[in-house]
Amino acid sequence: MIRTVLIYATLILMVIIFFPLLSEIKPLSQLNPLAKRYVEDSTKNLNSPNIVTSIVVTYRGLDTLGEVTVLFLATTGIGFLIKRRKKNGEKGAFQASEILQTGSLFLFPIIILFGTYIFLHGHLTPGGGFQGGVLIASASVLLIMANVNIKLNHTVLHFIESLSGFLYVIIGTIGLFLLGSFLDPKFLPLGKFGSLFSAGAIPIIYSLIGLKVGAELTNIVDSLRAEGMEDEK
Amino acid sequence: MILTTVLGFILIILGIWGMLTQKNLFKMVIGFSILDSGIHLVIVSLGYIKDKTAPIIDSDILANNASSQVVDPIPSALVLTAIVIGLAVTALMLTYIIQLVNTHNFDSKNMKDPLSITSYEELKW
Amino acid sequence: MINIAIIILGIVMIFSAIYAFRTKKIINSIIASGAISLIVSVIFIILSAPDVAMTEASIGSGLTTIVFLFALGKARSKIDSKGGKDD
Repeated sequence: MIRTVLIYATLILMVIIFFPLLSEIKPLSQLNPLAKRYVEDSTKNLNSPNIVTSIVVTYRGLDTLGEVTVLFLATTGIGFLIKRRKKNGEKGAFQASEILQTGSLFLFPIIILFGTYIFLHGHLTPGGGFQGGVLIASASVLLIMANVNIKLNHTVLHFIESLSGFLYVIIGTIGLFLLGSFLDPKFLPLGKFGSLFSAGAIPIIYSLIGLKVGAELTNIVDSLRAEGMEDEK
Repeated sequence: MILTTVLGFILIILGIWGMLTQKNLFKMVIGFSILDSGIHLVIVSLGYIKDKTAPIIDSDILANNASSQVVDPIPSALVLTAIVIGLAVTALMLTYIIQLVNTHNFDSKNMKDPLSITSYEELKW
Repeated sequence: MINIAIIILGIVMIFSAIYAFRTKKIINSIIASGAISLIVSVIFIILSAPDVAMTEASIGSGLTTIVFLFALGKARSKIDSKGGKDD
């Protein structure tokens, strides 16, 4: 009884907190100076049409580095808490039909290709490293769900993940040495506005982020997949 | 848009309500994920400017003054990273649920639902 | 006009949030939370933030649902293998 009263008192307090916040909000009529500077600098000096990408990769690059670190720590925690299964075969697991298995093997490289397309064009179109990484992870989800007994090669996954994280930091340090600020992508030629090889090192950095996110999310999903009988104990 | 901000706050309240009232461990995590969506909605709706396009520049926008035609891109960039972190944190919470179920001693008391928070009395005080 | 669309989407969203907590089956509430994320991503499109809409649609309603379902299956199989009560 007292619990219910406390819960609803908390909720009413939250509403009382939110209400003045809500009444203070005035709709923007123009960009604030920081956003204006980002938009102008991104179109003039950085040659990147997608401004969200240039903010994520360049202006707020340290935030993205921290975010990738948080993702890495969460993956490490999940891998630490869940033991990988030893045995390959599962008793009583639902075995997919021949058509489903062959079709998933056929679709797997195509979805990977689509994910690669999304993160390579991250500076031109909506999308980028995170979305492309999720597409790569969903390709492996398809593979896992259609072929129950498949075993992903964790050495390769860890190698891709560590290599892309390492190269990400290396590229940031190159920008620090050549241009004086960490993660500055302008040490590569800026190219023509709107073409694939433009905007300096932004496509390279975003591809590395995409590979890292894809490998980590694949790891998370593979850790959480259902196992049949417990054999270690 | 003020309407979507209100919607985001309603989602936040609903998520907190779910986290506080539900007994099932999975439903508590679902409450967290709804709270997450509400926060993203609030942040993105604060950057919306009426009658402006998405912050992706093409030659038409570039011909005029670019900064007077796009919505605020900074909330989008912040929410982009927040969504990915939300997924990682949700997966970590689900892993804790699995470990709770795995290490729970089923024989000790009269069998209650192992997915309910009331079955775990080790840390109760 | 766009306000009416947002109001309808919001009503659907609020009702699916309440349904997610009121229903007995966990699978139903997982699917309802995925539907909430999908509606939120539609609202992001209306708010002209296509990057966020893509991310929310792929992560929030795609991968989070899959992770929830995998975790549910794993917890169930652990309960079953321990000889606990199955539901």
